[in-house]
Amino acid sequence: MNDHTQPVARALAITHIYKKVRALDDVSVDIPSGQMVGLLGPDGVGKSTLLGLLAGARKLQRGSLHVLGGDIASADHRKVVGPRIAFMPQGLGKNLYQELSIEENLDFFGRLFGQARAERQVRIDRLTRATGLHAFLDRPAGKLSGGMKQKLGLCCALIHDPDLLILDEPTTGIDPLSRRQFWQLIGAIRAERPGMSVIVSTAYMEEAEQFDWLIAMTAGRILASGSLQDLKRKADTDNFETAFVRLLPGEQHRGKGELIIPPLEQPKGKPAIVARGLTRRFGDFTAVDHVSFGIEEGEIFGFLGSNGCGKTTTMKMLTGLLPATEGEALLFGNPVDARDQQTRKRVGFMSQSFSLYDELTVAENLKLHARLFHLPPEKADQRITSLIDRFGLRAHSDAKASSLPLGMRQRLSLAVAIVHEPEMLILDEPTSGVDPVARDAFWELLVELSRKDKVTVFISTHFMNEAMRCDRISLMHAGKVLINDAPRRIIASKNAQTLDQAFIAYIEDAIGETAQADSIASLAAADGSPRDIRGTPSPKQTRWGFSPARMFAYSYRELIEVMRDPVRLAFAFLGSVILIIIMAYGITQDVENLTYAALDLDQTPQSRAYLRNFSGSRYFTERTEIRSGDELESRLKSNDITLAIEIPVGFGRDLKRFGKLQVSTWIDGANTVRAGTIEGYVAGAHAQFLSTFARESGINASSAASGSVEPRYRYNPSFESIYGMGPSVPALLLLLFPAILAAVSVAREKEIGTITNFYVTPTSRFEFLIGKQLPYVLIGMVNFIILTLLVVFLMQVPLKGSLLGLSIGALFYLFASTGYGLLISSVTKSQVAAVFAGAILSMLPTMQFSGMLQPVSTLEGGAWLMGTLWPTTYYMHLSVGAFTKGLAIGDLATDLLVLAAFIPVFVLAAAAFLKKQDA
Amino acid sequence: MLRTLANIFWLGNKEIRSVFSDVLMIAFIVWSFTFSITQRATGMGDTVNNASIAIVDEDHSALSRRLNNALYPPYFKRPDMIEASAVDQAMDQSRYIFVVVIPPRFEADLRRGRQPKIQLNIDATAVMQAGIGAGYIQNILAAEITKYLDRADRPASSPVSVVQRRAFNPNGTQKWFAAIVALLDQLSMLTIVLTGAALLREREHGTIEHLLVMPLNAFEIAMAKVWANGLVILVAFTLSMLFIVGGVLDIPMAGSKALLLAGTTIYLFAAAALGIFLGTIARTMAQFALLMMMTVMPMVMLSGGMSPVESQPAVVQPFTWLLPSRHYMAFAQAVVFRGAGIDIIWPEFVTVAGLGFVFFTASLLLFRRSIAKSQ
Repeated sequence: MNDHTQPVARALAITHIYKKVRALDDVSVDIPSGQMVGLLGPDGVGKSTLLGLLAGARKLQRGSLHVLGGDIASADHRKVVGPRIAFMPQGLGKNLYQELSIEENLDFFGRLFGQARAERQVRIDRLTRATGLHAFLDRPAGKLSGGMKQKLGLCCALIHDPDLLILDEPTTGIDPLSRRQFWQLIGAIRAERPGMSVIVSTAYMEEAEQFDWLIAMTAGRILASGSLQDLKRKADTDNFETAFVRLLPGEQHRGKGELIIPPLEQPKGKPAIVARGLTRRFGDFTAVDHVSFGIEEGEIFGFLGSNGCGKTTTMKMLTGLLPATEGEALLFGNPVDARDQQTRKRVGFMSQSFSLYDELTVAENLKLHARLFHLPPEKADQRITSLIDRFGLRAHSDAKASSLPLGMRQRLSLAVAIVHEPEMLILDEPTSGVDPVARDAFWELLVELSRKDKVTVFISTHFMNEAMRCDRISLMHAGKVLINDAPRRIIASKNAQTLDQAFIAYIEDAIGETAQADSIASLAAADGSPRDIRGTPSPKQTRWGFSPARMFAYSYRELIEVMRDPVRLAFAFLGSVILIIIMAYGITQDVENLTYAALDLDQTPQSRAYLRNFSGSRYFTERTEIRSGDELESRLKSNDITLAIEIPVGFGRDLKRFGKLQVSTWIDGANTVRAGTIEGYVAGAHAQFLSTFARESGINASSAASGSVEPRYRYNPSFESIYGMGPSVPALLLLLFPAILAAVSVAREKEIGTITNFYVTPTSRFEFLIGKQLPYVLIGMVNFIILTLLVVFLMQVPLKGSLLGLSIGALFYLFASTGYGLLISSVTKSQVAAVFAGAILSMLPTMQFSGMLQPVSTLEGGAWLMGTLWPTTYYMHLSVGAFTKGLAIGDLATDLLVLAAFIPVFVLAAAAFLKKQDA
Repeated sequence: MLRTLANIFWLGNKEIRSVFSDVLMIAFIVWSFTFSITQRATGMGDTVNNASIAIVDEDHSALSRRLNNALYPPYFKRPDMIEASAVDQAMDQSRYIFVVVIPPRFEADLRRGRQPKIQLNIDATAVMQAGIGAGYIQNILAAEITKYLDRADRPASSPVSVVQRRAFNPNGTQKWFAAIVALLDQLSMLTIVLTGAALLREREHGTIEHLLVMPLNAFEIAMAKVWANGLVILVAFTLSMLFIVGGVLDIPMAGSKALLLAGTTIYLFAAAALGIFLGTIARTMAQFALLMMMTVMPMVMLSGGMSPVESQPAVVQPFTWLLPSRHYMAFAQAVVFRGAGIDIIWPEFVTVAGLGFVFFTASLLLFRRSIAKSQ
């Protein structure tokens, strides 16, 4: 399949820029095919960008890039070669779905490449047996160790037999044993498929040895490329790390001599930190398992272990951030207590994420911490000045923390942690993600603090060479401390050459030799497995390249994920049930229990008869009589009454004489809607008095003209607002919740990184979008059923019209609302932005302008426009029509058509904004 | 004590800077306190506005024509003339909220002293418009008929009339009430979003752990967020009250502005405390947003701005009593419209402060536990 003489990829003058950072700067290189190619260089030099471009996951900005014999910038070529490329992005299990089991993850990838069920099963079986994952098929990816996650990631990448395998830092942060197994696995796979090209990036220089061909990168440029021998010859050294540094352009390795650590003075033997049997469990998972160690004052003590082995959890327990489940920790001889503020002043803490305030400048960050530690102002200024100079931050002191390069941020973090001159420093992976030169500079500062200022340093890391610099270290694996000792003695104890080998030996001791033997053995067996399963055709596609199978693969996966997320599920169902009950009952336009009082200046039987028309009504509640005009005013003001009725002197006398009599009422006009309703009630009570009076006085009743209009309340004869609200509230809920859930779904993939799977697999935008939409439409329909049952049986609003029409309307409406959610999430980058934009933009039209309170036809200007262009209006109308007006499906047709028209609008817009490649 | 105050001050100081560096949040605040309020205030028109109406005139008399001409904008659209047979369908399609049916020989029967009835069909699913609008139509038609008959030299028929006056908003301008409710709704929502999000952002960035290993306690951290975010919203509120509500919308204020601000400050404490509380319950920003929706929607809808509290069913009322927004709405209406003084509205002050205290205490109790759980 591969022509070995042709390079697998050819880059010409590629430049890639993120905002202001030049990630790649005029890069040109030919990558040979059928080889194992290593991309080496520290963090942040552009390795990931280059790999992303090669995989077609990123959009090419400038230059030309040919991969597998075609221009990767062309969408047509990507469509053709997409199935031949596999890409595993950086980060432990970043393209995996954490809630899904190993088998479900692999199954999903198999479906994306259109494999039939039988084929998928054979492949999954073969791959998991080869990698030793077969025993854990049902375990969710989120609960795997770092090493297992990477193996699973590799399996997912290999499920479709790619010709080009691209792995971005697959071994960063995993333990040395898993790392070694991982490379063995890659070796075995290559032996089986010699034609396959593999491109791997790594930040570990010591891994350079196993590549056929190397590309060394620095600062967006290629430093050198060729075989390892070539490079070593070029730099005239036998050690690749040295070669790398020598190849760096002049100023970058200035001052980089070997870091010399002065020996520790005789320890005083006073323990600074003591941990005894420290244990922490999260549910049934034991993160830290009976860890014991002691750190003496003045020591540099290292914690070495892979990501997720419990280092951070242990450190959190020592700082009091996390209570221990079992065991005890002593700081300076006192038990760790979250409330003990005195001890906290003696400790400085720096966390993994460099907890700085990004919006503050360097000086401000320092100042804030000095203030919070209550350093006297003059001393604080002095201290800050000296720290800024000592840490080389002078040039950046007025720059915002967010604008600093990573190495600078790291130094600032350290400066912030020691602003109050602590006796002890706890540093959680302070050097991860920083390049070797900056890392050495950081260590110089640490050594100075330790040896000169006598600060006890407790540091965690996953770099072996850093561990070698510590006075003593703990090897940590799977929540347990394997050994505490000086690094050289640890190496000696296992007769090993390097700390790496010693670490592997200790891990093997801990888990038993057999585990490794197993995985290698099964790999050998897998070699003989039949490969002819590949004969199946590529995915069935319609003429437009739309594959329903792929779409359902996304739907199925999304549904599993939601079903396993109790929080989202609870919101989806419980949230809408609670809200419909609260709102349908709580929002009422039945104005009742109005408090009123009378100012009866007449006090005759006639005036009392007039007032009886009010006291007898269910709308009014009478309060004690008013005695004066001033009182009337003050009682209205204090909200004691909302209506005051004033009957003039001589009411009884003039009534019989048909004089021009006037009764006055005062209504609290603050709430205009309520005031309008009260006016109507008063007019009604007045009319009733008149007709009674007329009948009693024998006057022709017809002359009371107002009686000649006879109101007929249609659809809702008792005129209760529940008949309007009951069918209306579901319209709100069926928009807001599905829209937000759908909005989160895409944004979540962007944030976690699984969106890469959409970029690099042959999935079209519509397969992805509609696939994501379907589960939420389904959830919405279940919600619709629940809400309809609540409305009919709990609120007793009968469904008089067409149930079928209502259901079809709900289905269309849900496609529209989830479509809106997708549109929002294809525009936004983070979950937060998606949720807030989705909620806030939709709340106003949904709650205020969709006709729940006022028919849309009575709105004006922007409000009318928003209401008219919003699907809720039509579904609410349809729902009220079907429930209360008893309309048949034919009468609902207009609303149905309009609702259906919203669907393509939203989905097409979402597809237009969704990018098939990353920037 | 002094240390605590200094800590709260400096932490809050930082908080304010964070708000101003978040462009999206600022844009959102500005939008909420300007455009969103004017839209809601002016978009609703009047209580009965442009209501669609049709007339079935089977009388074809001078009187029926007069009745037709009596219904006009802005309350009602110009009535359409339709056939009696079309009434049902038109109302089913919601083309008209009201249909007036004038029977044959109406005028003649009236003159003969019989009792002909005009039928007023009301689409009672549009509850608010239907109730008030029906009253208007009845009054208008009755007055028109009376006037017609008077001119026809009939004796004055009514021994007594009722004059209805509205206190505090004499013309019943819907805009006044709508603007104040909109302002209060935005205030509730933004305060909760801002403080809750501020807490979650610190948790997601890991800076909260940094604060917790320093000699600071949960009270200081939470209090700093409350005062800083509350102040930002208070400033936005004040500006909006002066320039949007008082300026652009030109809505008069009966009571003391200082009193309104004092009450708003107390309410902001309660709302911000609620935001912190939600921020401690939620583990991620997405969860917070969903929780926020579940809280803000009832808060806004049941505060008394959409429908009067006293009309809510007795079952719902104890629950809404727990919403600070309900007491604040009552307070603000009293001050803005009725010009009430502190002697009248102090119970609302005390209740809001009490509720704020409860939420604040609850979030402090949950604070450390929630940080531990977030790992």
